[in-house]
Amino acid sequence: MTKLIVDGIEVDVPAEFTLLQACEQAGKEIPRFCYHERLSIAGNCRMCLVEVKGGPPKPTASCAMSVRDLRPGPNGEPPVVLTNSPMVKKAREGVMEFILINHPLDCPICDQGGECDLQDQAMAYGVDSSRFAENKHAVTDKYIGPLVKTSMNRCIHCTRCVRFTAEIAGTSDMGAIGRGEDMEITTYLQTAMTSELSGNIADICPVGALLPKPQNFRARPWELNKTPGVDVMDAVGSNIRIDTRGREVMRILPRVNDAVNEEWISDKTRQVVDGLKRQRLDRPYVRENGKLRPASWTEAFAAIAARAKTVAPEKIGALAGDLVSVEEMFALKQLVEALGSRNMDCRQDGAKLHPQFGRASWLFNTTIAGIEQADALLIVGSNPRREAPVLNARIRKRWRAGNFAIGLIGEKADLTYDYAYFGAGPESIAEFVSKTPKDIARPMILVGQGALTRPDGAVVLAALAKAAHDIGAIKDGWNGFNVLHTAAARVGGLDIGFTPGEGGHCATAMSNGGVDLLFNLGADEIDVAPGAYVVYIGTHGDRGAHRADVILPGAAYPEMSGLYVNTEGRVQRSDRAAFPPGDAREGWAIFRALSDALGRKLPFDSLGELRAALVAAHPHFGHVDEIAPADAGSIKDLAALGGAFDKAPFGHVVSDFYLTNPIARASAVMAECSAVAAGGYKQAAE
Amino acid sequence: MSARRLADDQPSSFEMTPETRARLDRIISKYPEGRQASAVISALWLAQKQNDYWLPRAAIEKVADTLGMPYIRVLEVATFYTMFNLEPVGKYFIQMCGTTPCMLSGSDGIKALLERRIGAQRKVTDDGMFSWLEVECLGACCNAPMVQINDDYYEDLTVENFTTLLDNLAAGRPVETGSQTGRVASEPTGGLTALTSLYGADGKSGPQSLKK
Repeated sequence: MTKLIVDGIEVDVPAEFTLLQACEQAGKEIPRFCYHERLSIAGNCRMCLVEVKGGPPKPTASCAMSVRDLRPGPNGEPPVVLTNSPMVKKAREGVMEFILINHPLDCPICDQGGECDLQDQAMAYGVDSSRFAENKHAVTDKYIGPLVKTSMNRCIHCTRCVRFTAEIAGTSDMGAIGRGEDMEITTYLQTAMTSELSGNIADICPVGALLPKPQNFRARPWELNKTPGVDVMDAVGSNIRIDTRGREVMRILPRVNDAVNEEWISDKTRQVVDGLKRQRLDRPYVRENGKLRPASWTEAFAAIAARAKTVAPEKIGALAGDLVSVEEMFALKQLVEALGSRNMDCRQDGAKLHPQFGRASWLFNTTIAGIEQADALLIVGSNPRREAPVLNARIRKRWRAGNFAIGLIGEKADLTYDYAYFGAGPESIAEFVSKTPKDIARPMILVGQGALTRPDGAVVLAALAKAAHDIGAIKDGWNGFNVLHTAAARVGGLDIGFTPGEGGHCATAMSNGGVDLLFNLGADEIDVAPGAYVVYIGTHGDRGAHRADVILPGAAYPEMSGLYVNTEGRVQRSDRAAFPPGDAREGWAIFRALSDALGRKLPFDSLGELRAALVAAHPHFGHVDEIAPADAGSIKDLAALGGAFDKAPFGHVVSDFYLTNPIARASAVMAECSAVAAGGYKQAAE
Repeated sequence: MSARRLADDQPSSFEMTPETRARLDRIISKYPEGRQASAVISALWLAQKQNDYWLPRAAIEKVADTLGMPYIRVLEVATFYTMFNLEPVGKYFIQMCGTTPCMLSGSDGIKALLERRIGAQRKVTDDGMFSWLEVECLGACCNAPMVQINDDYYEDLTVENFTTLLDNLAAGRPVETGSQTGRVASEPTGGLTALTSLYGADGKSGPQSLKK
């Protein structure tokens, strides 16, 4: 620790801190453009100049000067940093004037206006007028992909976007060509960015040069209501902020949560917004003579009740999809149990995870932040870049820090980091174990759904549990056995036991004629064979709705308050930002009303009562934002299962990152992204 | 200087000759494992030399693939350094120095001659023989004014001897590199004024003075 005095305030900071961090420690605000705490230091905007005594006798860029580089005074006095001296004020005004020389005065027509670092800092640290009477430079706008619009006249060359794509995203899409006044930020020959995290560069851009293209000229930041939410596009549970104007969701931005998504979100999370407005189910439908016709809630309930009377309890079943909240599944589970059935499943992809193996067998036990403590990683049957881009960025972050061996069993792919390839199928697990040194302190095994959705998934899971034991991934204080989910609802569903009870049918059996009355809660990635009477409760006119006999319109994730459990087992609550369209209702309310119509009234009248019942049954749901640690002992039991597996190579579960769920499939922006990716990110025809 | 872009007409492919590749491998081997990207400037330079002194897109991508770098990183380097030509140049690519010492010694006349004889900067003559560019100081101020033609310096230029030089190049006659007035290196134009007893009777120093 090093002592220094910032504006008369003595602070004691680690020697590796920069002056900027030390000043923040002292509560002093330092303006900056190029400095970003999650990116490397560039030191090229010069906005963070401070005056130091015990350092160079000139204004110093505080972001690039380390505390340990300062010298004490002649009698050992601590170095002094001044952030508001006349020299600093003059330096900042000078830098700001230089930056504004080539920055257009188009704030009134700039979408960044109102949330612009340059605007704010010009107000706080600039001077009132410009002395520059010459022409400003002009830069042609660049095509860099379907999600980010450029307005390159506004670029101040901070290179945050260049560093983001090179360091965090790992795709090195952006670069600065030319030099000096002619420097231009662009992708290689204006091809589309190839990263699944590309939308984040619009967030980190301190000016209006990079803006989210789909939100172009749609809203001003000050007219938006901001609601904290949780993303359901993948199982990471990224913390998001849902911005709404009136009833309309305008945009989704990341919220900072260092334990989950840091401050990044994937492109799908961010730009799926327009999918919330298209293909929506806004009224109940009943199928008559082979055609769906709009109906009232009463008619729909009456149709279901009439059918339910004719069906034996063991022929009733329920499926839960990938985007639903825990409350919805809990209410559906209560309803199905009240009807006397044990047929229910939240694993529409047929993943062989089951509560009987213990909670540790389906969690990302190391935790996402825990990746940074790991020493080695084996990825099995997963492409984390497509299945969970934000989590992949965390793996890359650990890999960049060095001394992190990564192995892969499954399909080869560009994961944005190097890995050793062990093989394509489960027989490579044994080879991996034999080749792996036993003295790795904290090894991790990441099991993807590609390894678990196979018919022999349970055997593979057991083999991997055994491998985790053999390489010492499970020990006191370290659980290196991790399951990476792709569905936001999956862990919650497994946690509440939304799986077949004793003698019950699983998803495959139910969809293939195992039941006569099927409640389908937003499961759109499964085909239900003809025969069963399907009640679809969901948000979009996707595959599930097409197969349905009765459609009950539900609420999408921004339209309800719900609990979600991410792949680590972290319980998170999303707040309601908007209202469901038309007659649509929140899922739990639908089940409560339906239960009344079926004569099996559920014991709650409000979401609060439902949550209380949920917490009573599963206490860990009472601890929001926390992970209830799972008992690693169950992995040992799982490892003992054994069994023979098929030699087939592991497949992939996400073939098109942009179109994995009904909301994304309804989104025109996601369709464009998908087409651009399929076309090899070639230059757009403009 | 203006924004530099790749040429509109691009060859479809670029392959390094075995000689270029061998030279590049020798350069790459100077850097530690995993640091091959350090050889990017040398690699671009070799590629440019092989490709008639200009870098097509295919060459930039070839260099990137060879060194394991993202394409944009190599493009950044190629557009940053003005000595990488992104468009075709003439068989004789003349880089004329117009910085202060050369200007004071008469580079304006050289420039006027180039404009008259070859045309605008960056434009290749119809026969493909010449193109020219005004560049910043090339570091031969003692022998100003000067130009660099391909790899060689031509110094102590006057409008007359430069006209002759261009005529000789156009006709394919051999030319003398270095000073066009017969001066040795940057010694005084009028002959040595000191140490004259030690050198040739012609007042010039070094082996050249003893040649005859």
